[in-house]
Amino acid sequence: MNDSVIEVSHLAKSFNGTVAVRDASFCVARGQTVALLGANGAGKTTTISMLLGLVLPSAGSIRVLGQDMVRHRHRVLPRMNFSSPYVDLPRRLTVEQNLMFFARLYGVAAPRARLGELARDLDLTGLLKKPSGQLSAGQKTRVSLAKALINDPELLLLDEPTASLDPETANWMRDYLKRYQAQGGCAILLASHNMAEVERLAHEVLMMRQGGIVDRGAPAALIERYGRRDMEEVFLDIARGARPPGHENATLPVLEPRAAASPAIDRANPAAKAAAAR
Amino acid sequence: MNGGADTMAPSATSMIAATSQRIGAVVLRHAFLMRTSWPRIFELMYWPTIQMVLWGFITRFLLTNSSYIAQAAGVLISAVLLWDVLFRGQLGFSLSFLEEIWSRNLGNLSVSPLRPAEFLVALTVMSLLRTLIGVLPAAGLAIVFYDANLFALGLPLIGFFACLLMFGWAIGMMVCALILRVGQGAESVAWLAIFLIAPVSAIYYPVSVLPDWLQVVAWMLPSAPVFEGMRAILIDGTVRLDLMAHAFGLILVYLAIGASLFLFAFHVARRRGLLLQIGE
Repeated sequence: MNDSVIEVSHLAKSFNGTVAVRDASFCVARGQTVALLGANGAGKTTTISMLLGLVLPSAGSIRVLGQDMVRHRHRVLPRMNFSSPYVDLPRRLTVEQNLMFFARLYGVAAPRARLGELARDLDLTGLLKKPSGQLSAGQKTRVSLAKALINDPELLLLDEPTASLDPETANWMRDYLKRYQAQGGCAILLASHNMAEVERLAHEVLMMRQGGIVDRGAPAALIERYGRRDMEEVFLDIARGARPPGHENATLPVLEPRAAASPAIDRANPAAKAAAAR
Repeated sequence: MNGGADTMAPSATSMIAATSQRIGAVVLRHAFLMRTSWPRIFELMYWPTIQMVLWGFITRFLLTNSSYIAQAAGVLISAVLLWDVLFRGQLGFSLSFLEEIWSRNLGNLSVSPLRPAEFLVALTVMSLLRTLIGVLPAAGLAIVFYDANLFALGLPLIGFFACLLMFGWAIGMMVCALILRVGQGAESVAWLAIFLIAPVSAIYYPVSVLPDWLQVVAWMLPSAPVFEGMRAILIDGTVRLDLMAHAFGLILVYLAIGASLFLFAFHVARRRGLLLQIGE
């Protein structure tokens, strides 16, 4: 039996002739967490956007939970969800109203019970009557996660799940995600710049550079292969164009200095904006 | 898993139920928004009421100075209120869409199970609610202050109301398609678009007043036969079903064009990766 939740094959995307993602192939199995790593503009967010159906691929195929995402995405969208600190929830609505809205949108059978369950789990009970626009960054992230879990998804796509969180809250969030995955076998694909987070959460890492996947493996295996102490050093090696030992003569794709990022998400990403300004 | 959302070969009944639930969710989201913001509700009622009061006094003046108005005292006020149905219908549709852009919620909606066609239907429901909230109080006040009863149009009023509301939706769809295509910079079109057709809609005067070539344009819009039909009832006391049929026929064409443009613009926005960018 095929246990893949995501099957991506030779995926590519160009925006007006500029390559954002090239020939990416990977799978994510049930109960597995896969991290997409790469510098700003490496193609992570464009890849996630294509998995969500927000952006149409230029080539290649995406199957999620057995369905072709380009043709039949609405068959699987009720079974997946997404969270990004760069996408807001309606600010004037209270937390409770927002969660109730998304519960109904995702066809949750008992929305009020699910809302209560999430409020308890994510410590949101005291925030339910508060307008979403008045929340702190940490509270917003927790509410955003509650929205992402409202339909008890089989696939969770997370873009920078702990961005702008203090270390304690970020730690709590990682623990929660691990527990959640252990309970239900949810597959998680996350894009992150936090290497400690990746080491802790990810079963497999896909290293992206200039739109392509240039290396992959378990965090420990990558650290060992590059002869480094942690993922941060591996990340820097790859971002600077290093090849893994044994592949020194392999050629990486020759591209412009910076491949196009998805205009969709990266414009909202302060880090991407700063990088673009530099 | 899946929170009760069934995706295994759903029956037609369960698909209709799921569709209704998603449309209801979007309507509920806008109802929450309006409930938390009384200025929004006040604004909905404000302009139709002001318009009605203004034209009420003009009517009073003209009653003693114009034989045309003297024939049917309610003709101008009825025209004002029906014009507001078209205006509020279009604005209600476009503003409900813009609310999603202003709150940067379009990305969330686009990755949810909500289909673009369901989103369109939800916007039409919101447009209907906003129009009723705006126009009904003004219509009531017109009876109290000026003895001008829009409901005296009788059953045809339902037809006029439906025609103008649906024409408003069609224009709203075109406006939203433009915003999806060129971005939030085009949002002012939501307020301006309707006034482009006002001179040729024959709201306050017959189509025959227009130059010949503009009369051709007027008869290509569903609004002109509606206002002609309204005057036929109020002035001549005749119900012109031919005008009603003319208007409904055109509306089907405009709705088809509007929906196609909206869905095409949505598809292009997906291809170009713009669905999250709009609103920033």
